[in-house]
Amino acid sequence: MEVYGWGRYPRAEARVFEPRDCAALAGCVAGLGPGERLVLRGNGRSYGDSALPAAAGGRIADSRHWDWFIRFDESTGILRCGAGLRLEEILWVIAGRGWFLPVLPGTRFVSVGGAVAADVHGKNHHGAGSFCDHIEELRLLLASGEVVTCSPTVNTPLFRATCGGMGLTGAILDATIRLKRISSTRIRQTRHIGADLRHSLELIDRHDGSEYSVAWVDCLARGPKLGRSVLFLGEHERDEHERDEHEADEDSRQSADSDSEAASKHLVYTPRRGPTVPLDMPGFMLNRYTMSAFNNLWFRLKQIGSKKGGSGKEDRLQADAYFFPLDSIRNWNRLYGRRGFLQYQFVLPLEAGLNGMGEVLGRVADSGKGSFLTVLKRFGPQNENFLSFPKAGYTLTLDFKMEDSLLPLLDELDAIVLAHGGRHYLAKDARMPEHVFKRGYPHWERFLAVKDEVDPQGKFASMQSARLGLTSRPASRPT
Amino acid sequence: MNIVIIGANSAIAKATARLYAEEGAGLFLIGRDGDRLQQLAADLRVRGASAVHNLQLDLAETGRHARALEQAAEALPRIDAVLICYGDLPDQDQVALDSEAAQDALTVNGTSQVSLLSAAARTLAAQAEASQSDRDANGLSFPAVIAAVTSVAGDRGRQTNYVYGAAKALVSTYLQGLRGRMLPYNVHVVDIRPGLVDSPMTAHLEKGPLWSSPQQVARCIQRGIAKRRYTVYAPGYWRLIMFIIRCIPESLFKRLKI
Repeated sequence: MEVYGWGRYPRAEARVFEPRDCAALAGCVAGLGPGERLVLRGNGRSYGDSALPAAAGGRIADSRHWDWFIRFDESTGILRCGAGLRLEEILWVIAGRGWFLPVLPGTRFVSVGGAVAADVHGKNHHGAGSFCDHIEELRLLLASGEVVTCSPTVNTPLFRATCGGMGLTGAILDATIRLKRISSTRIRQTRHIGADLRHSLELIDRHDGSEYSVAWVDCLARGPKLGRSVLFLGEHERDEHERDEHEADEDSRQSADSDSEAASKHLVYTPRRGPTVPLDMPGFMLNRYTMSAFNNLWFRLKQIGSKKGGSGKEDRLQADAYFFPLDSIRNWNRLYGRRGFLQYQFVLPLEAGLNGMGEVLGRVADSGKGSFLTVLKRFGPQNENFLSFPKAGYTLTLDFKMEDSLLPLLDELDAIVLAHGGRHYLAKDARMPEHVFKRGYPHWERFLAVKDEVDPQGKFASMQSARLGLTSRPASRPT
Repeated sequence: MNIVIIGANSAIAKATARLYAEEGAGLFLIGRDGDRLQQLAADLRVRGASAVHNLQLDLAETGRHARALEQAAEALPRIDAVLICYGDLPDQDQVALDSEAAQDALTVNGTSQVSLLSAAARTLAAQAEASQSDRDANGLSFPAVIAAVTSVAGDRGRQTNYVYGAAKALVSTYLQGLRGRMLPYNVHVVDIRPGLVDSPMTAHLEKGPLWSSPQQVARCIQRGIAKRRYTVYAPGYWRLIMFIIRCIPESLFKRLKI
């Protein structure tokens, strides 16, 4: 069957297996013929070719049936679950009991295995780090069929290679996650308007203490407006008193015994269900003019109630509306038409932020290509995982409709990013050349050393790993 | 709510069990693969089930059905619902020629389920009689439910899938009669007919727009049981589709390769 990532580019023929237990998966790995490769796939939310087979018609092992909880200790917030479980299901179960996922990416439809493999980050990276910084332990099925445990203290190199390792070290069976305590799922959001890039970065830096922080950039604004943005800060509603005030009207008749009821009202997690994009939009609908109009309109709407640069307006949002704004439109990836789209995400060191971002945004605005919404955020320090994307600096994410003239533009952007000491996010990548990857990720050799040890025949490989030179190739490599 | 789920490792059963667990129900799970049952039980406990019991049983062993239902009645404070939810989609080309394979398909999808239904009926009738005195005392009675997952395939014999269809039709017809028989015991009977479901049973088939997920079907089951429906098409649009299919004159239908 034809398989593709969330960006719907590229596409590949594959044979998909859906093992229901460890034995079935082990059988699938053992059954690989010489030279045959297997790629592991979670919920298919990486954008590019990370979960596509290395060769056309290759095999995929899908983890959709591994969606079980194993253990949850409500007193400590330690959760162990299967790798195929989606984050939305975890939120659904734990939020009502006062716990929350420590890191949430931009979509709730990510599997735990995928979140570990891409070491995903969220709007709180500057304070909380990335997803794998909250993993106590992983269980892996290796290419040999052996099941091993790894953690920051046990089998450390394997753990460092697996977190962010795009599923190339072995199949993640289950994960133990340290959750975070919350007193409310509701988010107090504050908006700030950044008039241009310098101002936007200043605002982000100034509000670095905010729990969650993300800025949406108008990537088609040019000249003095280049890099104008809306910064969204968020905090869980925390203060009991503040909550009570907010609820004062509704709760005026409240008696002591309904306190727990009031608390549970603050701990509701309800996934929003919005409209679905039923079919592919014609690609020509997205062009410089419609996109620019959209960005303008959106910007104006968000400006309402926020003073320029001043302290912005406060809203209270349900968790879903703050963390997963795009999830409420099912299949939004179809908006980009039949050929799909590419997401381009990179990080630049702090000191290079202003110049580098300015160059990239200027180049994109000149090209007239660009996305509905472009995301800018500041990262905290990087962790020790070999292939984790985040490092101290600013990260920018752009969407581009797939068209032939796009790829040369992205090559140009690559050069700008590398010149400023940046790198690209593997979970979004669909086309990066090998040398760009290797310059951005200095620990790739350490990764490959572990990979060679646990998977000497290179059984686990993807289209991406083949492209980036991340798959051991024993034939061409003297041992 | 306390529910017995038979064939608990099937995708639809798993999804349904999770919905009940999230409501805080007590569950008694019966299935063949003991390891997977334990895994599911742990999952349901995290999701909020008030109690989960497992019974490992090969459902082909019809002699053990009655005892299994008794064990469920002993483990749970009261059985509010019994859900039978398993099946095996045979290869039509094979069962059309091989009568032994056809027998097996009829056993798994038809007669073994009848054996369970009759065991469930006896258990629930006994439960109703035992609680008769309580009911008289407080004037309340909540009907228990027997629900079985059959299939739209049972609505009409199609040349591409008639052995499976015949087995499911057998169960559906049985349920109709059982509904009347259980009326005096205040036990309600629901026939759930899913359409095309994307599950391990159908993993080898190409999927199209009419396919639904086990989760969608699970929600239909839960609603059908709660609202005491008679026949539930899951999802509901299959009622219309199957109505049209039943209306096609036989002279034309026999030529349709569906």
